[in-house]
Amino acid sequence: MFQLTNQPIDPAALEAAFRNEACGALVTFEGRVRNLNDGKPVERLEYEVFGPLAEKEGARIVDEALRKFAVAKALCVHRTGLLEIGGIAVWVGVEAGHRGAAFDACRFIIDEVKARVPIWKKEHYSDGRSEWVETVGPPVRN
Amino acid sequence: MNGETLKVRLQYFASLRERRGLAREEIATGAATPADLYAELSARHGFALPAARVRVAVNGEFAEPTHPLKDGDEVAFIPPVAGG
Repeated sequence: MFQLTNQPIDPAALEAAFRNEACGALVTFEGRVRNLNDGKPVERLEYEVFGPLAEKEGARIVDEALRKFAVAKALCVHRTGLLEIGGIAVWVGVEAGHRGAAFDACRFIIDEVKARVPIWKKEHYSDGRSEWVETVGPPVRN
Repeated sequence: MNGETLKVRLQYFASLRERRGLAREEIATGAATPADLYAELSARHGFALPAARVRVAVNGEFAEPTHPLKDGDEVAFIPPVAGG
């Protein structure tokens, strides 16, 4: 499952849904807002999403992970809106019989989400400027 | 260009939205494909992103830049994504 939320992510609440007694491994990943990017001090982040397509593409990625790896359950939750330093931007949880598949599926989901889901990140810097982060090539300034 | 005029609904996101100054608009265009349409809009609004770095969605699903446009289509131009 893939979800977008404009509310703070609570890892303990999300983990509570992973209680399959046939599973020996739970791997979770938290992506947090860093205070520095490319040497520039970051004050906060803003996420913009193309909601309907982001939800579809995110769900496709999680389904791909379930087919590709021997895992029982996978969930990815991504924030929208404004986040402060240290805030959780994205959370991934994968439950599996064994740790190898759980680690692999978790890595696959976060990597594919970053590359494919229509979500954009604007960094607001300490000097008052801001910039959209664009992963390949130089950022586009406003 | 196919000589016909289509009405399309456009959606802009992130850097393109800011450059355009709005998130949605409806326009009449002679463009037959999203690639033609992006070229037309780039020339009109001075988009800095080259077409090769922009993905396209038509009616809420990813589409090829050469996808034939129809009257009433909703077209979204998607700058390089940066989730996570």
